[in-house]
Amino acid sequence: MSILALRAVTKYFFRGTPNQVKALDGVDLAVAAGEFVTIIGSNGAGKSTLIKAVSGLAVPDEGRVEFEGRDITREPVYRRAAAIGRIAQDPADSTCAVLTIEENLALAEKRGQRRGLGIAVNEAARARYRAALAPIGLGLENRLGARIGTLSGGQRQTLALLMATISGSRLLLLDEHLAALDPKTAEIVMTLTGRLVAEQKLTTLMITHNMQDAIRWGSRLLMMHAGRIIFDVSGEAKSALTVPALIAKFHEVSKGDLTDDRVLLSGGNG
Amino acid sequence: MAQLEALVRTMFEQGFLFAFLGLGVLITFRFFRFPDLTAEGSYPLGGAVVAALIVSGWHPLLATIAATLAGSAAGVLTALVHTKLRINNIIAGIIVMTALYTVNLRIMGAANVPLLDQPTIVGEVVRGLNLFGLGLRDNAATTIPITFVLLAVAGFALVRFFHTHLGLAVRATGQNEAMILSLGVDIDKTKIVGLALSNGFIALSGALIAQNHGFSDIGMGIGILVAGAAAVLIGETIFGDRTVGWWVVAAIVGMLIYQFLAAAALRVGLTANDLKLVTAVLLLAALAVPRFRMRILK
Ligand SMILES: Nc1ncnc2c1ncn2[C@@H]1O[C@H](COP(=O)(O)OP(=O)(O)OP(=O)(O)O)[C@@H](O)[C@H]1O
Ligand SMILES: [Mg+2]
Repeated sequence: MSILALRAVTKYFFRGTPNQVKALDGVDLAVAAGEFVTIIGSNGAGKSTLIKAVSGLAVPDEGRVEFEGRDITREPVYRRAAAIGRIAQDPADSTCAVLTIEENLALAEKRGQRRGLGIAVNEAARARYRAALAPIGLGLENRLGARIGTLSGGQRQTLALLMATISGSRLLLLDEHLAALDPKTAEIVMTLTGRLVAEQKLTTLMITHNMQDAIRWGSRLLMMHAGRIIFDVSGEAKSALTVPALIAKFHEVSKGDLTDDRVLLSGGNG
Repeated sequence: MAQLEALVRTMFEQGFLFAFLGLGVLITFRFFRFPDLTAEGSYPLGGAVVAALIVSGWHPLLATIAATLAGSAAGVLTALVHTKLRINNIIAGIIVMTALYTVNLRIMGAANVPLLDQPTIVGEVVRGLNLFGLGLRDNAATTIPITFVLLAVAGFALVRFFHTHLGLAVRATGQNEAMILSLGVDIDKTKIVGLALSNGFIALSGALIAQNHGFSDIGMGIGILVAGAAAVLIGETIFGDRTVGWWVVAAIVGMLIYQFLAAAALRVGLTANDLKLVTAVLLLAALAVPRFRMRILK
């Protein structure tokens, strides 16, 4: 039983104009509950648009998106957000800079629930946040009152990760959430990502340009090109993948369509 | 010396009454980060509603509450135009402001409604206190503490609100729409709440000023947004960017200073019409000073 399904999803930008782009081209995808899917592909392949179709930030022109058996194709972002956590590439996108760490966490804790006139941050809440932050080891548990804007990019993404998972999300969407971080920080945040996903058995879609990460993490790997999923591998076959094999595969299935594979490769972290 | 005393008295009396305007503008100008021109309509709306109701025999307290609610309704309207019709928030404010001009004129039935012989909210409080044989008079000396108490209660409630779950969502809406949307917040609703709150405060200010000045005038809202923004910016220049509580204190202190400067300008021979230029210069200074300071510190 799949938790998430895309059925023949097509998404155009600038439809009907000379600049028309087919960002998604009849994408079919079924993701089982608990699956951790990594997504790679060249720039403009449609990876972000795929994730946006799931989060609601992009409404498909054709096809359906189903989540837990429910058609959410046209459901507003805020309504599907109760069960879907999302982190974008830019640390500024997933946290609120002028609010404090504890205020951001309080906002995230109420994800998808009615927000009333109770005081948001009380001592009990602070204790919960400290307990959640302490194991991460960045010392953020001692800085609950600090504004997010005073944190480093890595600290912000770490917090974004916590915010995306703190209130019982069932689906986690990561769009290059390590791309703005230095290699060392990216490694720390990725390890935390893996831990949280495993602990909470989150179904996860993770876009990355780092092929190592795409192979090393997750239970299934998708390669996208020109709005389509051109390679889909899981289990043993995925574990057996290597970066050169992946590049070869890319040239094979894209039929040399893309001569410049640097956009896919983009080296180490990202 | 007597002159300075008079200036200080004006500063506190007018400052506290106008401080509600400062708090209203704070919400849109700083938390929602846009100049909400609805203010230019909701402020005189407060005056118009309170004048029409008091003249027709309503108790000043009820009339003031009704005026506040009318201001909130104007804010809701702007929010609806902005969110449901997807019209830019500044344009939405201009549209509602323009419509309110006619509405205000209709409510008052004339361009100016005198309230000099009518009961006022401060007058009623003084009368109530005198039941205990205090022998107070309805003048600046009583207006200042009474308005201060009202302001303190309203300011405290506002700060508290911004620490609730809903209040946090309202604040985050003005700062990072994409993020708060993906946390499951209907930003159309939080915008409605924010604008209702802001324009309620602004209309309350208009209603209190109309009672204090003894008339409501169709033109009383002209330049009011800039006055509110100037107060917010003066406060910000002094206190810097800190917690919500400090923002509220800053807006109040900023308004006191603004009223002091305005009264001083009048005293040296400028007219009320000259004040618009003075306000513009003040606003410019308040906007430019922090930039200069940054440059010097670098
Ligand atoms: N908001 C938008 N308006 C117009 N065109 C868009 C928009 N978003 C994406 N596109 C186009 O859709 C196509 C797919 O974009 P998408 O962002 O999904 O690619 P991607 O695989 O995430 O690429 P990258 O690796 O560079 O992030 C691209 O051609 C892009 O130019
Ligand atoms: Mg992308």
